[in-house]
Amino acid sequence: MATELGPTPVKKPASGGPEIHHAPKGVGEDNVIASQGKWASWLLAPTIIALAVVIVYPIISAIVMSFQADAGLDPATGLFTEGGPAGFSNYVNWIAQQCSSPDGGTVACPPGTLGSQFWSATATTFFFTVVTVALETVLGFWMAMIMARTFKGRSLVRAAVLVPWAIPTAVTAKLWLFIFAFEGIANKLFNTTILWTGSEWPAKWAVIIADVWKTTPFMALLILAGLQMIPAEVYEAAKVDGATAWQRFRMITLPLVKPALMVAILFRTLDALRMFDLPYILTGGANNTTTLSILVINQIRQGFNVAAALSTITFIIIFLVAFIFVRFLGANVVEQQTGASKGKK
Amino acid sequence: MKTRNYLLPVAAAGVLALSLSACAGGGGGGGTTGGGGGDAAANLDGRGPITYVQGKDNSNVVRPLIEKWNAAHPNEKVTFKEQTDQADQQHDDLVQNFQAKNANYDVVSVDVVWTAEFAAKGWLQPLKDKMALDTSGMLKPTLDAASYKGTLYAAPESSDGGILYYRKDLVPTPPKTWDEMMGMCSIAKAKNIGCYAGQFSKYEGLTVNASEAINSFGGSVLDKDGKPSLNTEEAKAGLNNLVKAYADGNIPKEAITYKEEESRQAFQDGKLLFLRNWPYVYNLATTEGSSKVKNVLGMTALPGKDGPGASSLGGHSAGMSVYSKNKATALDFLKFLTTEETQKFFATQGSLAPVLTKLYDDKELVAKLPYLPVLKTSIENAVPRPVTPFYPAVTKAIQDNAYPAIKGEKAVDAALSDMQKSIETQSK
Repeated sequence: MATELGPTPVKKPASGGPEIHHAPKGVGEDNVIASQGKWASWLLAPTIIALAVVIVYPIISAIVMSFQADAGLDPATGLFTEGGPAGFSNYVNWIAQQCSSPDGGTVACPPGTLGSQFWSATATTFFFTVVTVALETVLGFWMAMIMARTFKGRSLVRAAVLVPWAIPTAVTAKLWLFIFAFEGIANKLFNTTILWTGSEWPAKWAVIIADVWKTTPFMALLILAGLQMIPAEVYEAAKVDGATAWQRFRMITLPLVKPALMVAILFRTLDALRMFDLPYILTGGANNTTTLSILVINQIRQGFNVAAALSTITFIIIFLVAFIFVRFLGANVVEQQTGASKGKK
Repeated sequence: MKTRNYLLPVAAAGVLALSLSACAGGGGGGGTTGGGGGDAAANLDGRGPITYVQGKDNSNVVRPLIEKWNAAHPNEKVTFKEQTDQADQQHDDLVQNFQAKNANYDVVSVDVVWTAEFAAKGWLQPLKDKMALDTSGMLKPTLDAASYKGTLYAAPESSDGGILYYRKDLVPTPPKTWDEMMGMCSIAKAKNIGCYAGQFSKYEGLTVNASEAINSFGGSVLDKDGKPSLNTEEAKAGLNNLVKAYADGNIPKEAITYKEEESRQAFQDGKLLFLRNWPYVYNLATTEGSSKVKNVLGMTALPGKDGPGASSLGGHSAGMSVYSKNKATALDFLKFLTTEETQKFFATQGSLAPVLTKLYDDKELVAKLPYLPVLKTSIENAVPRPVTPFYPAVTKAIQDNAYPAIKGEKAVDAALSDMQKSIETQSK
């Protein structure tokens, strides 16, 4: 966003030119560029190596593992033996929900196996993502609008809004666990006897409420950054032209804050798709609150290679979502921007 | 185009970061070596410094003990490697170090439910022949829990069993059987409190409670060969007891959210007539200021079909790594952990239930820990939780099916047969 909106309204002279930094001396130009290229690759090397070690290697090794069978038990000795290559069977275990039957073939995974939970976990993950991100966007926008105004005690409000975001998620989850306990504050306050963590929809809403409480500030902060990029003169001009508050919001605030908003939503969506600690602590995954990440962690305890297949699937799902965001929603933003700049010319 | 250029790397970086966290756990899982016969035969006479690995030493029992050992064995000193207090993390830490064949994890403390898994992976030194341990005088269920396929793989270190707490002021004679206890629920109704609760939230505690219900009525989760055996009338009768009690309201509906602490709190607040829980409740319920049951706390063995029920067994054993270089010293240390003196120290200092039968009748100990006689009955009748290398899959199968059954959302027959099938497809 900084490249997008930063230079245009606020800084007056900076738009002057990108070429002022190293005044070229004509003769030595090629040498300078060549040595700079060398320098650049040397300077970049540590970063690239670090990325290769901590990102590329684990991903590749996870994919390799996902095609290996987990260790099986040798009935004679009672000891585990190496599983050997598995082909796509680990993926079939999840996507087709086929478990190996005792007589050697495969059967539909019975309830009580992790394999039987893949599609329900996927649905739960997307349900949580859509609902929480939608709520957080609306509430975050509202909070950002308030924080963007100048009023007495604004810095206090800003600090207070950030408190939930500053609390570690595990602590948040424990906090809400106490609130949603049968004898907890929620039931006392509303005089109800709901088993918040003991039945399906209350459990889902408990997770959603806790997540919205925790991450709305993050959303608000990113949107606030976008709001502050909008120059006040635009609003003043609109006012002079007689635009109503709603028109100002719809025609000025929304389009100008949209790039920041899209990044905020993208971040939150990717974040929500890997939701783990909140439902894990709050409900333990009971009552259909098992997300894909919880499923991965549970499977790691039962077999690494099958878990590697699931984390690869999760990786692909999240990547697809991110791709769709950038390709379609992001493209939309781009068109509007170019359209606007054409108009200016 | 600017926005596109900006968003793409951001998105890619985000996705990579996510997948990284997903992969981190799997990274070390490449090599699971079966057998380990060579390692198990090596270094049997090795002597020298060793390391003892255990979860967080909350009641400060391990350090004084090791100091005492070190004073007596200046050339074979023990170093204490303390893990976190989270069981899952302790488990994963041990797995990683065994996979890396870390020779510095000489003696490790293993939860009773991990023993079979570690033994089947070939990580624990079999305690037989030259490495045999004198097990006379130890409670049999603790030895069963530390054995796999008939071989002892770890030295029982501490034990634990379920106790039925009851209200002495309301119940004149404690119930001996489940039916007797259900009969007494009219007392609770008259007082407008809940009758019975255990731990029925969907977590490890549910496995403990469901297995107890099944074992107490003559059923079993796994047979002697480690195969599931849940399609039986006995198992059905056992699980059905919990289902029926929940449907009748004898188990209050909020008990479906109870873990150990919630159920203890409810009992201490005077909201329950009977509570199934571990021995740790005794101290808290009799000393905490807010406890309403301080002077009326009764304890007895879990109720079964015709007599005491079958408690699930808790506790830890001390195993020796096959990769240890100093196994002779490690064996001496295992013996040291199970001496009468050490066991007594564990009991008095850390409230850990001893594994030696005779300590349960020790007057001095009973005066300090009045629940010991009841706990002895409990542990003597205890059945280890399913001893299987596939424990994570088995406990998952039990939890996922017992939970909807107790809530009345799934028929008992279907729940048991799904447990059976789930365990069958996953233990191979």
